[in-house]
This record gives sequence, structure tokens and C-alpha cells, in this order.
Amino acid sequence: MTGLFFILLFWLIGNLLSSLTGGYISGNIIGMILLFGALCSGRLRAETVRPAARFLLGTMALFFVPYGVGLMESYDVILGNLWAIVISAVLSTVVVLVVAGKTYESLNRRTRLVRLKNLRRNG
Amino acid sequence: MVDFIRSDLFLLTLTVGLYCAGGMLYRRMRMPLLHPVLLTFVSLIVFLLCADIPYERYKEATRMLDFALGMSVVALGYLLYEQVERLRGSLLPVAVATIAGCIAGVASVVYIAMAFGVDRTILTSIAPKSVTVPIAVSVSGPLGGMVSVTSVVVFCVGIFGSIFGEWILARCGVRDPEARGFALGAAAHGIGTARAIEIGAVEGALSGLAMALMGLATALLVPLMEKYMY
Repeated sequence: MTGLFFILLFWLIGNLLSSLTGGYISGNIIGMILLFGALCSGRLRAETVRPAARFLLGTMALFFVPYGVGLMESYDVILGNLWAIVISAVLSTVVVLVVAGKTYESLNRRTRLVRLKNLRRNG
Repeated sequence: MVDFIRSDLFLLTLTVGLYCAGGMLYRRMRMPLLHPVLLTFVSLIVFLLCADIPYERYKEATRMLDFALGMSVVALGYLLYEQVERLRGSLLPVAVATIAGCIAGVASVVYIAMAFGVDRTILTSIAPKSVTVPIAVSVSGPLGGMVSVTSVVVFCVGIFGSIFGEWILARCGVRDPEARGFALGAAAHGIGTARAIEIGAVEGALSGLAMALMGLATALLVPLMEKYMY
């Protein structure tokens, strides 16, 4: 229960900050960052929020069903731009896969080499 | 009878029930296209149309789920912490790949759609298409996007990425298992992560990390990009 309290509290503070800064970033995302910060700084123990967070994360897919059902009102918007949306989404997904994969791979190889070199020098 | 079918409790029970039934069917069939959430979307839309219940009524009845979605976005802060704790040490590749993937993803989807002459509302709706649905709708909503378009597009992107992701990565010569997992999580959020966990433990861990970090980076970058880029 304490975990739920902290989640609601950070959301509340997030909403407050969001409305103070003009609402470009929604309150729950600021709340997410605040929760992450509180956990990293050690002010809040992970065990406290774990049960509530695990439950919410596990059932998250159910919570956005109403948004998907909203398609019954907005389907004509998607149909009207179907090809633009499908092509841009598919190509862009390929771009993300390749950019993220290649960047990570090349940097990971380099840091591994540095690590090996340090080991050799020290050993 | 009509009042009964239109009641909050009935619509909520039906939503949760269909979601559970979809999950059972999915576990039996094991076909990625029959994702439980997609099945729930479709069956609910068919039901509401047949029973002649307007979307407004349904949305009002399921406000509770919307509230829970808001809480689960905050709870993602916990997921982020858990993943970052596990990482320790190799911060550079992760941070650079996240930022590169995020900027490339948002810029490519926006500019390609723009070339087709799509209007701004839809551009904003599909800009956060690589991140988990709760974050995507929290990003596109306040900027003036259509959240129903966002949620469906993001979902389909996840399914596409989880089906074809491995093949595309293999074709492009990404062989490092860590990089593969990372790319799957970055491009196909939770659904890609579910696939990565099936491939292996290393892939799964990196995928979860990528999904959490992409969510954070996108939430911070899209509002800026929306202002200055298009």
C-alpha cells in the first residue's frame, strides 16, 4: 500500500510541475522521472514500491484497451492516411532497429577492447 | 436490459473478461498476429457497434482503466531503476545507442509521413511510435495528437518488430546478442522485449533496458522536436 501511495504522490507532484511549466510534458511522465530519481538517490527503497509497481506493470496492457477501442471513432483518419502511416511506421521501425543495433554493437566492441587492454596492462 | 448492457460494471467486466479470454487463446495458438490486446480491441469494437453503444459511453465506463494507465506510467520509473541498476559499468554504449535510436526513429517516421502530406495531428500521433503505449499516449496526447491513433500504430509497430526484427537485424549484420536484444527493445517496446526474452536471457535483459530508456528519451525529446523540427 505504501508503494501505491508513493506512485500517486509522485504523479501528483508531476501534475503540479507539468501545469507550472506549460504542460509540454505530461504529469505522469514527470512522476516517472521523479520516482526513478528517488530510487537512484536511495531516499526511497525499491522494496517499498516493488509490489505496487510489479502489479501495475504486469497488467499495463489491459489499461490501454479503451484507447485502442477509440479506433471505432477515429478509424476514418487512419484509413484516409493508411499508406502514409503504414510505410512511415514500417521504414522507421527498420531504421530504429538498425541504428540502435549498429550503434550499440560498435560501441560495445570498443568498450570491450578498452576493458581487455586495461586488464592486460594491470595483469 | 439495455441499461444493464450500458452499465459501467458490465462494460468493465466485459473488457477484463475479453482480455483474459484473448490471453488464453493466444497461449493456445501462439500466433504473434493474434496478440491478446489486438483481439480485445477488435472484439470490443464489434460488440459496441452491434449493441449500438457510443464510444463516449464506453470511455466513461472504463475511466478507471485510464486512471490505472496513468499510475503505470509512474511505475515505469521503477522498471527504469531496476534495469539501470542491473547495467552498472557499460553506460556509454547504452546511452549513445538510446539517443541515436530515439532521434533516428522520431525523425524518420515524421519526415517520411510528411513526404506523403500527412497533417500535423497525425504526425504528432505517430512520432512516439517506438515506445511503450502508456508513454506514447502520454507524449502525443498533451501535444495535440490523437491517442487512439497512437495506441493502435504503436501496437502494430511492436508486433511488426517482434515478428521481423530478428530477420532484419541478421540481414544488416548485427551479430552481437546484446546489440540484438537492445535493438528489439528500442524498436518494438514491450512486445519486442517479450520476443527477446524468448530468444535468450542476455537479449531479454538488454531489451528491457532499451525499452525503459527509449521511453524516457522519447518523453523528453519529442516535445522539443515537435516544437523545432516540423
